[in-house]
Amino acid sequence: MDRDMIEVEELTKSYGETQALAGVDFSVPAGRVLGLLGPNGAGKTTAVRVLTTLARPDGGRAAVAGVDVVRHPAEVRRHIGVAAQDATLDPLLTGRQNLVLVGELSAMTGHLAKERATELLARFELTDAANRVVKGYSGGMRRRLDVAASLMAHPPVLFLDEPTTGLDPASRQRVWEAVRQLLADGVTVLLTTQYLEEADALADRIVVIDRGRVVADGTPRELKAASRGARLEVSLAAPSPDAVATIAPLVNGAVQVSDGGRRLGAGVDLTPGLATSIVRALDGAGILVDNVEVRQPSLDDVFFALTGDHIDDGTADDPHDLGSDGVDRALEGART
Amino acid sequence: MTTAAAALPVAVARPRPSSAGMARRVHDVWSMTRRSLVHISREPMQLSDVTLQPVLFTVLFVYIFGGGIPIPHGSYKDFVLAGMLALNLVTSTMGTAVGVSTDLHEGMIDRIRSLPMWRASVLVGRSVADLITSCLCALIVGVTGLAVGWRPAAGLAPIVGGFALVLLFTYALSWIATCVGLNSKSPESAASFGFIVLFPLAFISNAMIPTQHMPGWLQAVANWNPVSAVTAAARHLWGNPNPSAAVHAWPMQHPVVAAVGWSLLILAVAAPLAARLFRRRTIE
Repeated sequence: MDRDMIEVEELTKSYGETQALAGVDFSVPAGRVLGLLGPNGAGKTTAVRVLTTLARPDGGRAAVAGVDVVRHPAEVRRHIGVAAQDATLDPLLTGRQNLVLVGELSAMTGHLAKERATELLARFELTDAANRVVKGYSGGMRRRLDVAASLMAHPPVLFLDEPTTGLDPASRQRVWEAVRQLLADGVTVLLTTQYLEEADALADRIVVIDRGRVVADGTPRELKAASRGARLEVSLAAPSPDAVATIAPLVNGAVQVSDGGRRLGAGVDLTPGLATSIVRALDGAGILVDNVEVRQPSLDDVFFALTGDHIDDGTADDPHDLGSDGVDRALEGART
Repeated sequence: MTTAAAALPVAVARPRPSSAGMARRVHDVWSMTRRSLVHISREPMQLSDVTLQPVLFTVLFVYIFGGGIPIPHGSYKDFVLAGMLALNLVTSTMGTAVGVSTDLHEGMIDRIRSLPMWRASVLVGRSVADLITSCLCALIVGVTGLAVGWRPAAGLAPIVGGFALVLLFTYALSWIATCVGLNSKSPESAASFGFIVLFPLAFISNAMIPTQHMPGWLQAVANWNPVSAVTAAARHLWGNPNPSAAVHAWPMQHPVVAAVGWSLLILAVAAPLAARLFRRRTIE
């Protein structure tokens, strides 16, 4: 179980002027799930494209199942399953035909491919839609079929690029269940996601990348612990012009004011008796306090602290991410 | 970018495929061929260029131009059928260019590229599917011809041979169309291949009228046009009137050799070029 199934060292890759990867390192031990987390355009998709032999890195090294992706791409393809963000299903084939085709092109016999397709269609609750053309599928059905297709040939290493982006909560749960089931089978998974909740729920380890660089690497618990800063939220009975100046000496950085001056928020260091000090200071200035909350850092706070960017929630289209559209544009630009 | 991509050692040492490797390639090609055939069955109207158009063109040419164009030693309908076969098949390769371009833009190309398959089967599979629809087109032209009074004056083998020659040429041409599709920015721009290349290619030939009716300089172009060689070869094999036999240009004197030669030459150049373009097109 110690062997690294995915190894990435000093990986760099540019598309024209855009540096998508600026020296990225991480590794995933066999049978583990790595959550690759980052804002739009951070380089998540590019990393996946390099690891799945779709893009060539400019520098550094990447290996999957011990095989170098640049030197032996054909060998790497035998070990991987990929659910990329788009252009991975044939819209004119039915769901079943798509799966069988992927199976056949992975060297399965027609008979085996059909059996496996039936099994996966059932697992992802697509049996009723199996014989319908994919063009008519909803977004959620497509994503599920995409994940199913990546599992056709029982790959030991699986790449899921934002597998639940744009899915409703029920569909998301179904994909999560499927990923957990894979872990029981010993599959190694690299999962990119914009949902911290998803990384928290599924990943053994999280790598946060921003502008092509790794800015954090650790277990979800380690990442939360690394962020010492907590968050203070205060609700006042009535707005007061002195409130900000009163608590400013007790917090880190600027105090954010909202709700017409009734809500104050700020970053704080976790010190004993912090809430007491805040309430006393405000009381001393004659300001009535309705509520004080000192929140432990969430992964979102950690993420914000690391990248200065909030995770965007629920956007199916990410125009700034270098998905294959962006790649196409970049290539087009490079050609002309 | 282009020169860098060309210089990349894409296939440093590609071993000759073993017999198991060959079987695998055939398996991959057949899977991709079936995919293309399913596409056709989903949108049968896309097939109109090989089903309705041949009937329409054959009937139009026989009844509209037929009376106005004198053919020495025979009738226009016996003369024009080989030309109709060539016209319909040559122009149908536009569909190949559009299909290849569509695959690159909205097909499952990323998934295909991450599978452990023989990548060229993307192109070969499509060319085989297109050959199958070409056979359908040839059958429809032949039946329509018989219905309007075309009569070959030869045995079964030369008749089949004539059809086979035109199909071979079409297959070769479909690899040029593949190169065009791989070089196009969009399926729409791939479609312009039809108007810029295929229609002049089919029309500046002996397919619809004997080249003797053309201006001198155009005659020279038409007599060396591969389509003329293919059409003359079919007429020769079918025992139909072939006015080109009186033309001194070498291909018109040896139409069968010229037609096979053109086809093999085009295949030898266009197929490896297509493989190269495909690799370059799919490198990031």
